[in-house]
Amino acid sequence: MNTMSTVERILRGGAILSVCIFFMFPIVWIFGMSFQTNETILRVPPSFLSEPTLVNYKGLISGQLETSAGGLKVDFMGNLFNSLFLSTTSVIVALILGVPAAYAFARLKFRGSEDIAFTLLSFRFAPPLLVLLPLTIYFQQIGLANTYVGLIWVYQLICLPLILWIVRGYFEDISADVEYAYRIAGHNFWATFRSIALPLAGPGIAAAGLLAFIFAWNNFVFALVLASADKQPVTVGALAFITASGIQYGQVAAGIVLSITPTFVLALYAQRYLVEGLSLGAVKG
Amino acid sequence: MAQSLSAMFDKMTRQFKFKISRRWLPYLLSLPALLTCIGILIPFFTAVAYSLQRFRLSQPAGRRWNWGENYLAFFNDSSFWNTLKVSVTYAVLTVVIELLLALGIALLLQKRSRVNNFVSIMLLMPLMTAPALAALMWKLMTNPGFGILSYFVKVLGMPNFNWASDPQTAMFTVVLVDVWVYTPFIMILLLAGLRSLPPQPFEAAALDGVPRWFVFWRITLPMLTPYMLTATLFRAIESIQQFDIIYAMTQGGPGDRLTVFQVEAYLNFFQSTNVGRSAALMMILWALTYFLSNLFIKNWLRLRERARGEA
Repeated sequence: MNTMSTVERILRGGAILSVCIFFMFPIVWIFGMSFQTNETILRVPPSFLSEPTLVNYKGLISGQLETSAGGLKVDFMGNLFNSLFLSTTSVIVALILGVPAAYAFARLKFRGSEDIAFTLLSFRFAPPLLVLLPLTIYFQQIGLANTYVGLIWVYQLICLPLILWIVRGYFEDISADVEYAYRIAGHNFWATFRSIALPLAGPGIAAAGLLAFIFAWNNFVFALVLASADKQPVTVGALAFITASGIQYGQVAAGIVLSITPTFVLALYAQRYLVEGLSLGAVKG
Repeated sequence: MAQSLSAMFDKMTRQFKFKISRRWLPYLLSLPALLTCIGILIPFFTAVAYSLQRFRLSQPAGRRWNWGENYLAFFNDSSFWNTLKVSVTYAVLTVVIELLLALGIALLLQKRSRVNNFVSIMLLMPLMTAPALAALMWKLMTNPGFGILSYFVKVLGMPNFNWASDPQTAMFTVVLVDVWVYTPFIMILLLAGLRSLPPQPFEAAALDGVPRWFVFWRITLPMLTPYMLTATLFRAIESIQQFDIIYAMTQGGPGDRLTVFQVEAYLNFFQSTNVGRSAALMMILWALTYFLSNLFIKNWLRLRERARGEA
């Protein structure tokens, strides 16, 4: 590998550069667009980053958009709040439900444990609309339609399998001997779980939680089917946004930037764990 | 607070010491997670029942069991065959393109250097973009009025290239968005796989002066195959179920050009309110993914064992 010729070096560099352009350009372009008004956006040929303005962001944050059809009231901040609230609560619920179960699957091999674990994992792969369509009818009957509780429950389908399988892997990596020693010293099961197992698996639990948060945040179809405007997260809200009459394209772009920034920040923060989490522990990062 | 809570817990467990025996503890720990998901299993069986009924939301009075009729009707239903064709085409195209592209990129970035690590982190960004929002981004980029890509194709002398709004290029456009979002997924799996390969065979080959293409075909590729298989199956399961990108981009249009399974089922349910057909469609998709996910899980377990062993 050290005997790379100059030609090869240049070819490699070029290839890496084109990969970067293909994958980064859309993000850069949307980012640039979010600082433009329709006037500069519609100019031909496209001029980039001319006269940047914060007017789109100001409009979105205050909820008052200036459009060609006059003032438009939007509740984009409401969508952002919904995304934040739904994702955070779903992850917390999934951690409370999933971590003890993951511990049981990892440490206490019991009859049917593998079958139950696989049943839970298989939810990760089932087509979401298969359960969502009947669920819309049920939710209407039991009054869970368009409620946060209903949505958080359904979001468990995303978060729970993920947390269960990743955290289980982390528990399996910890040697059980420390726990046995602590038990022999006279501590009971709960104390051992709390002060030995949990802290040792801490980083893994945090990583699984972050990943589950990202998946919940990026989810689209659950809220599309089960939530109406006031409960919709950004993914669904932004889509409704683009069809609003007289909307300015820069405002749509600003909405997209606001919606994707949180997951980007989290991904950068947790990138070390992403590979392992994304492959459910099949590939070490 | 935490102290008193834990004291309470200890007291409780001491009291119930004989009731919560070791035998029941694991069930007690996993029960809440299980119950949450069983609530979701009920709709699954409801979907099975719907698929065996004549059930239209617009005609609740006409609802009755018709057993396999919804499924039998598919045989002479050209729009069903269209759905199957479009879904399979989409899945095959996306998975093949993403796999080849990802393999190339992973090989490029294989060596650990500051630049390569930075690029592989940057490539996470598309993957972290919600697919529905990614579709919106590309929708803006391909807008005929101001989209930068529309401008590029015009400059390149293709004035009639209308991206997602033209039946000829609609599939190409959504596949492109899918490739943009998910290639990094396969790439980071393959990159992790490449970097975890044992160095000895490569050192031996270098010592013997084996040509690089031979090393690639005979050493790298065979050793990477389990990773490629896992990533491919994983993506195939998700790709044949794709909804977000296609729905956000074209809602299945133009015409029925992109009515993949989940989009078709969604439109059947909410627009033509034909619940029976919608459920039958989902059952067929479920059967397909069930088959794929069994393959995947088998593979994944083997790979996981290996990752565990090397950790």
